[in-house]
Amino acid sequence: MALITCRDAAFAYDGHTVVDGINFEVNTGDYLCIVGENGSGKSTLMKGLLGLMKPKIGSIQTGDSLKPNEIGYLPQQTSAQKDFPASCYEVVLSGRLNSRGIIPFYSRNDRQIAIANMERLGVLTLKRKSFRELSGGQQQRVLLARALCATSKMLLLDEPVSGLDPLATMDLYATIKSLSEDTGITIIMISHDIQAAVSYSSHILHLQNRQIFFGPTSDYAESNAGKRFLSGEQHPKRCCTCTGV
Amino acid sequence: MVERISFMLSFSFMQRALIVGLVVSVCASLLGVSLVLKRYAMIGTGLSHVGYAALVGATALGFAPLAVSMPVVVGAAFLLLRLNENSKIKGDSAIALISASSFAVGVIIVSQTTGLNTHVCNAMFGSILAMTRMDLMLSVGLSIAVIVMFVLFYKQIFAVTYDETFALATGTRANAYKSLIAFLTAVTVVLGMRMMGALLIASLIIFPAITAMRLCKSFLSVVIVSVIVAVFCFFVGMMISFELDWPTGASVVSVNLVLFIIFSAAQFIKNRVGVA
Ligand SMILES: Nc1ncnc2c1ncn2[C@@H]1O[C@H](COP(=O)(O)OP(=O)(O)OP(=O)(O)O)[C@@H](O)[C@H]1O
Ligand SMILES: [Mg+2]
Repeated sequence: MALITCRDAAFAYDGHTVVDGINFEVNTGDYLCIVGENGSGKSTLMKGLLGLMKPKIGSIQTGDSLKPNEIGYLPQQTSAQKDFPASCYEVVLSGRLNSRGIIPFYSRNDRQIAIANMERLGVLTLKRKSFRELSGGQQQRVLLARALCATSKMLLLDEPVSGLDPLATMDLYATIKSLSEDTGITIIMISHDIQAAVSYSSHILHLQNRQIFFGPTSDYAESNAGKRFLSGEQHPKRCCTCTGV
Repeated sequence: MVERISFMLSFSFMQRALIVGLVVSVCASLLGVSLVLKRYAMIGTGLSHVGYAALVGATALGFAPLAVSMPVVVGAAFLLLRLNENSKIKGDSAIALISASSFAVGVIIVSQTTGLNTHVCNAMFGSILAMTRMDLMLSVGLSIAVIVMFVLFYKQIFAVTYDETFALATGTRANAYKSLIAFLTAVTVVLGMRMMGALLIASLIIFPAITAMRLCKSFLSVVIVSVIVAVFCFFVGMMISFELDWPTGASVVSVNLVLFIIFSAAQFIKNRVGVA
């Protein structure tokens, strides 16, 4: 059975449907990129996959005994308050909570994993700094480190490279790629960076308030949706990130 | 100074008051950090008014005050939390509604019952003389339970306070821990109300946390500093109250206010120096 199976799912806010007709499967080890224009329902679908939102119709099933505490998540916008007093280390370490569960305190192992992920994302020097005093890109990296700490089977990333500089963007793509190849962690990533999406992912899901393409990445370039999206219709956001490809 | 302190401590009612006050202050300041950061600070006020109504109601009907007010306030805490989440009425208005209504109920009960005056005064402004040995044991026991729970669930409390959506998405039962916070707050409010009074217990929750937040940058340091601030303020407030014969609750809050101003000034100076 697939890790995640979406059957005719639709999502609505206050009864108003924003995305429907979603049918796809994610298997263990897949690297799925979700693409589409602003407001096409990508983040909404991701909230559905995380169980933060129930589908209005249809169903989302998880298989292979995937449990929520094996999932790492990078939100597009964090719900945390701006003025919260927390050090970067505290934020990253909180990603270990789901694997620690009810047992009090964090173990040495948890701390080491947190440090390793901070190092991987180049924010180890910011360890003791207050999260609210970081630049936008630095904050994004800290939240990515937290997401990596939380993941053991699946990683969901909502526009992970937004706000990152070209070098960091490239590093991040390499990190995610090696994570997917070395550890077999399943990746689901929302991205406006269509070139990167095509070159790194194994599958593509294209949304436009409904599903207009789902399949292996190799088929995407041949599809109508892919041809149009890949050629002319560039997204404004792409310009700052395409240098990272 | 040392002489005055030992003189103060030579009274057994003062010893009791000091012990209960200190453990309740520690509880209130721990929970306060989470409540202030989650923008639930007004829950303390709301709950203390509910507690006030329950207390005078119980006294008027001849029930044991603590036995009645504890379940009522715990129930109100869960209700406030729910209202905060899924009602169309905004959280702070919901709290104001419940708080004002229960206060009104309390006042009506008082006006219809004769001979309640001392009790009413105790419920409103607290009384250190009201502490019996039984109160002492119960308060210390419950406070220790609150502190132990806070320490054991510290990382969950941080995660849920910091980013509830992330906690929920990655498999932490955020609602269970929010209920835990509400429950512990309710217990603390009821305990503190006997001594500080309904009017002032809320400030025991809010003051130490916002004072600590002036200068501290990490969650853990905010927690630790607010406990120290709470303990310090309570002790100094108690001494002032004893020496000058001021009401205890009001004295403690005044010391808290002074410390808050000092911390704010320190923050201001620090920022200035940082800029220059
Ligand atoms: N909390 C909300 N309440 C009501 N409507 C919402 C809410 N969040 C999103 N929407 C609507 O749902 C639609 C899809 O939003 P969504 O955030 O999923 O888009 P997206 O594909 O992630 O866009 P972007 O590329 O800008 O991140 C939008 O039209 C938006 O207006
Ligand atoms: Mg989005």
